[in-house]
Amino acid sequence: MKTILRPAITLFLLLSVLTGMVYPLAVTVIAQIFFPSAANGSLLEKDGKVVGSALIGQNFSGSQYFWGRPSATAPYPNNGVASGGSNMGPLNPALAEAVKARINALREADPANAQPVPIDLVTSSASGLDPEISPAAAEYQIKRVAKARNLNYEQLHQLVIKHTDSRLFGFLGEARVNVLALNLDLDAELK
Amino acid sequence: MTNHAWILLGVYFLTLLLLSKPLGLYIAQVMEGRLKYGGVIENTLYRFCGIKKDEEMGWLNFTLALLFFNLLGVIAVYLLQRLQISLPLNPQRFANVSPDSSFNTAISFVTNTNWQGYSGESTMSYLTQMLGLAVQNFFSAATGIVVVIALIRGFVRHTASTIGNVWVDLTRVTLYILLPLSLVFSVFLVSQGVIQNFVANKDIQTLEVTKYDNPKLDASGQPIKDAKGNPVTEPAMTQTQTLPMGPVASQEAIKMLGTNGGGFFNANSAHPYENPTPLTNFFQMLSIFLIPGALCITFGRMVGDPRQGWTIYAAMSLLFLAFAIGAMTFEQQGNPLLASLGTDQSVTAMQAGGNMEGKETRFGIADSGLFATITTLASCGAVNAMHDSFTPLGGMIPLASMQLGEVVFGGVGSGLYGMLVFAILAVFIAGLMIGRTPEYLGKKIESFEMKMTSIAILVTPLLVLIGTAIAVMTEAGRAGIANPGAHGFSEILYALTSVANNNGSAFAGLSANTPFYNVLLAIGMWFGRFGVIVPVLAIAGALAAKKRISVTSGTMSTHGPLFVTLLIGEVILVGLLNYVPALALGPVVEHLVLWTGH
Repeated sequence: MKTILRPAITLFLLLSVLTGMVYPLAVTVIAQIFFPSAANGSLLEKDGKVVGSALIGQNFSGSQYFWGRPSATAPYPNNGVASGGSNMGPLNPALAEAVKARINALREADPANAQPVPIDLVTSSASGLDPEISPAAAEYQIKRVAKARNLNYEQLHQLVIKHTDSRLFGFLGEARVNVLALNLDLDAELK
Repeated sequence: MTNHAWILLGVYFLTLLLLSKPLGLYIAQVMEGRLKYGGVIENTLYRFCGIKKDEEMGWLNFTLALLFFNLLGVIAVYLLQRLQISLPLNPQRFANVSPDSSFNTAISFVTNTNWQGYSGESTMSYLTQMLGLAVQNFFSAATGIVVVIALIRGFVRHTASTIGNVWVDLTRVTLYILLPLSLVFSVFLVSQGVIQNFVANKDIQTLEVTKYDNPKLDASGQPIKDAKGNPVTEPAMTQTQTLPMGPVASQEAIKMLGTNGGGFFNANSAHPYENPTPLTNFFQMLSIFLIPGALCITFGRMVGDPRQGWTIYAAMSLLFLAFAIGAMTFEQQGNPLLASLGTDQSVTAMQAGGNMEGKETRFGIADSGLFATITTLASCGAVNAMHDSFTPLGGMIPLASMQLGEVVFGGVGSGLYGMLVFAILAVFIAGLMIGRTPEYLGKKIESFEMKMTSIAILVTPLLVLIGTAIAVMTEAGRAGIANPGAHGFSEILYALTSVANNNGSAFAGLSANTPFYNVLLAIGMWFGRFGVIVPVLAIAGALAAKKRISVTSGTMSTHGPLFVTLLIGEVILVGLLNYVPALALGPVVEHLVLWTGH
């Protein structure tokens, strides 16, 4: 046993320092030198003030803004320090109820729109912080936002296209629209 | 499956295939001590630690030393959590973690399970994350590789009394394999948007005010409930969003490469700060299978017959492809109950469609289904979508993937030693069928090896099924269920399956941060890990001591399509069949109810 004790304890401590302190510090130094914006949270600014992160979704419920993915975080949606999904199973009655309520809210905000609702706009994301929606979900909302802002459809359509990322190399991930960036642009360019 | 899903699967598998050989040969070089550089750091470490690198150990000493090293990990992780408020790098001033949760988490990270009863961003200080959890990500991965290398040496050596020096093996794996890969991968992750800093969380003002119902709490912090048992709420509003910060990228890299899977944040690889783009997602998936795939080649190289390694690789690949196609197909089908409400779940150029509850927009269906299959076939357990919200059959894929015993690529090291145990069983059964003494790679498989093989194969199903039975029969166990009906049973079955197979993913609706689950699941994790490692090392010792017998015309070939088929059959029959009744009660019932409507 004695022959095990010393190597075990000293090796444990030394390798802990190496992998638990030296390594993360080295990565931090490299990250802060070469990728400072990304390493600090991809923050977005407006008039010199930080208004959010390009990677973290915010909650929108006004007609004049595009809405993002529903969020199941507690106690309020898009809580940055309580990430997670609803974890509701497909048969859970509460899931159908939540989706129904979201559809009703969308219809109430835009009674003229009778199209089926793109599924990502009424189901909660995995992280509760999803910054993006599908192009279909953005398209679905254009008329509502246009009406609330007294803009024409074409102007908004162009803006949505500007903020659409297509599928990488044609097979990685999905096409998507960053909601916060789009809404910031709305406020800035199309007052 | 959509076209881009097929392309994704194809490109993923080809990339994995291309990387496996060079990395596998490199690992063999490292573990056989043929590396030409790095000697100075290594030798300095040995001098400090009083390690004589040429002094080898018998299997018993090797096992004891490894167990003791892992025990130190349990103590360290436990203490870091229990004392974190008094330690530095805790900018959010998180309180000390409760004793039962700390115990569970300590066992969880040491056993490479990384089951998480807590949510990282509101529980763990930066110091606990990096010096406790991330260090175990390295050590538990190293432990797995060290064990499989010892088992391979058992086949390679003959009439030998030792299987290697555990300290040297642990050091080499950490220094030459895990650290360099993690360093490269973490810098790539940062470049894509994964955060890496030591500052406190940032409060920002959001564009809109969020109105919500805030649950009222009593004096002890418990939610107040009305006469019907619904929580009492009061209207509230906020215009503040707190952005989490921390050293995420460095931990994320080893979390994936070491098939650990314990997220810095609660949402794990679904969190945009852990996995921000489809590109990071692709490389995260790749990093899960990277080392387990390469180790097959290492095995072939070390036993001196590359075909043996490729045979194992082929068996794993076929099972992987079948499961992946299943998961991506089932999730794309969507939820019939939501279709009738007036939603559009179809696939178009404009949207992913399908079952989007609990999935991220940037990953959609294909990238989520593939990730779920990979993370559960390997004992990784990181998630980029919430498995609890998968369709019944889509959710059965991850469940069954774990129940195969984490041998399809599997955890780093543990996947291959698990598969080699199945290979031993396969030659034994084939030997019985044709009436010959079973042998594998020139070693006779005899009574002792078969006893150890039986223990290694049976310990996990026993833990899963007995644990599930205990949980569903007790009040404390049923209290954790979040979803009604058959799905609630699936949540418990998933939890026990996940911990005993050292996976760590969850049907996360289950409230498992209770003393009951923290203790039950910790027992499952510990014995699910070391209940396999100890018999495997015993087999290694026994094989090393045997004489090598020469190949004759009567020797059964253990490479080629026939053996691949035998191995796959063995894994499915022995691994999965144990669970069929339990699966019938959970996902199968649920599937029938969902699609027939009653």
